[in-house]
Amino acid sequence: MIDMTPNVVLVVTIGVLFTAGVYLLLERSLSRVLVGVILLGNGANLLFLVAGGAAGRPPLVGVEPEGQMSDPLPQAMVLTAIVITLGMTAFLLAMAYRSWQLHRHDEVQDDVEDRRIARLAAIDERATADDDTEEGSETLDDQAATARDETGDGQPADEVRR
Amino acid sequence: MTDWSWLVPLPVVIPLFAAGLALALYRRPRLQPIVSVTALSLVLLASVALLVIVDDGPLVVDVGDWAAPVGIDLVADRLSALMLTISSAVTLCVLLYSLAQGRDDDEESAPVSIYHPTYLVLTAGVANAFLSGDLFNIYVGFEILLAASFVLLTLGGTGERIRAGSIYVVVALLSSVLFLVAIALVYAATGTVNLAQLAIRLPEIDPGIRLVLQVLLLLAFAIKAAVFPLSAWLPDSYPTAPAPVTAVFAGLLTKVGVYAIIRTQTLLFPEGRLDDVLMWLALATMVIGILGAVAQDDIKRLLSFTLVSHIGYMVFGIALSSDAGWSASIYYVAHHITVQTALFLVVGLVERVGGSTSLTRLGGLARVAPVLALLFFVPAMNLAGIPPLSGFLGKLGLLEAGVHVGTPLAYTLVVGGIVTSLLTLYALVKAWNKAFWQSPEVEPRPVRLPFGMVGPAAALIGVGLALTFAGGPLYAYTERASEALVERSPYIDAVLPDGERGTGDSADVAEHDDRISIDLGGGDG
Repeated sequence: MIDMTPNVVLVVTIGVLFTAGVYLLLERSLSRVLVGVILLGNGANLLFLVAGGAAGRPPLVGVEPEGQMSDPLPQAMVLTAIVITLGMTAFLLAMAYRSWQLHRHDEVQDDVEDRRIARLAAIDERATADDDTEEGSETLDDQAATARDETGDGQPADEVRR
Repeated sequence: MTDWSWLVPLPVVIPLFAAGLALALYRRPRLQPIVSVTALSLVLLASVALLVIVDDGPLVVDVGDWAAPVGIDLVADRLSALMLTISSAVTLCVLLYSLAQGRDDDEESAPVSIYHPTYLVLTAGVANAFLSGDLFNIYVGFEILLAASFVLLTLGGTGERIRAGSIYVVVALLSSVLFLVAIALVYAATGTVNLAQLAIRLPEIDPGIRLVLQVLLLLAFAIKAAVFPLSAWLPDSYPTAPAPVTAVFAGLLTKVGVYAIIRTQTLLFPEGRLDDVLMWLALATMVIGILGAVAQDDIKRLLSFTLVSHIGYMVFGIALSSDAGWSASIYYVAHHITVQTALFLVVGLVERVGGSTSLTRLGGLARVAPVLALLFFVPAMNLAGIPPLSGFLGKLGLLEAGVHVGTPLAYTLVVGGIVTSLLTLYALVKAWNKAFWQSPEVEPRPVRLPFGMVGPAAALIGVGLALTFAGGPLYAYTERASEALVERSPYIDAVLPDGERGTGDSADVAEHDDRISIDLGGGDG
């Protein structure tokens, strides 16, 4: 059994990184989101180090005593994760820059079409219009008020009675 | 018996090499398409071969001859071979379509020189995720396909695509971090990330920790698969990309997430403790997704919402966790990949002819392009599940499986599934009527549709119809696949023949591996 008691400093650091990362991720500006992603990524990498157990000697077979080696597998995985985060960060940075080029800011905007549909829904209007769409704002109540009784030869009900 | 395991890495390796070659040929726009079409055709051949061969048992490759739990292994079983075959057929069709579009269009929407390498990397990533027998390698596969998809989604870097891309990228990165955290915790708890070894070790750890791991993995995959309430990013980001890109994203990327859910739920967490939660999520995904689709005016957004909605069917099959449920779910994935991709390709053609994707502005296309009306109609009916098309067979299988389970919740899901199917029919028929029959504001000019674009779209619709006619054999295949999934032992035995290590050559190095097998809190749980 390796000593699996995690180092409390590492655990606290991971907590801080994740808290700050999540907070920044909720921002609108892409560059803040970017910093948030980096913090989250580093938090996850530290988590891998904790997952590998206590720190030990370099994992070289035949050079170090086997009982004191640290686990090399999480380190390999962290290395891969770091490289991937680097690439993703570069892409996000490029995208933030492009957004700044186009709009002079890097804030993520709302979807215009989505907003339009939501507004239409709010005023109870249909999203698509065509030949079948009835003009005017006649509601069901209005229609009911002027409805004709079929038995009265097309005359409104009150006229038949008269 | 001939050893066919050399076929297994090909779907990953060929596109990666071809991507490098295509990148080197960036000054030769005539050679690039030849490279990518050849590569994807070879992948399709290899996938079909795998589909036939692995019916006799899974094929395993220990990459670099490192024995399985320490080294990375690629596993092709029935599920992954079926996914590979469908996905490579789809990627090939979409590539041919985009080539014709590139020939016919101006530089604005044409594939630029970066398109081919990126597209090939995307297919390699998808194949890697399907074949990987190692949790961390699935993560790497996800990252490969995500990085490629970022580039494809923001091709050209216009304002609208950057806006849509930012949302997609941030959500994708968040799900990646969640996945990474899940892997780290899995490793801390079990000391391995190999799926087969995890299947042996996970039952030994504390049930509470096992539940946390399951929730984390499901969360990461559910964002990828766009399961409600983690689906809001999808209709926001997909519609702005070029038509072929949207088509391949809609068809494949969410299904990689669904595949990952199927794989981990069957192999790692077979006791199904989250099935009820998944049921409710499936119901919400189906109903809320399709209600979103009904409200839309833009036809691409409408289809994106139906995509979200129909992910619910697959989750429904997964949540039933019965033989019939898995089987129907796998069949439904295969059906949905082809039909959704075909629909998006046809909408690309509609946009070409009608000059818009807004249902208010489109109209009268049936007179200008009657072929197009048919091309849209068939996959639309297929998606809605009109008999005798494959969508009907898939839904029927799911409903039967649901009734067979017979709990009140399962019956609720069955009703929800039928309602969703009817609403899908309503949304698509409305879209079809408006685009093809409504009298247009401006009479569309007759546009000659390039055969290179119609051909691949028609071919994909043909594949969808073939799924109908081959419904019997295919269902038999998915049933065998799901039996193997439920049994679990074929997969584990193939990867770890002696229950300890794979067939690789690193036995002496890995002897000490057992010492890593400690659990996080497992002892005192």
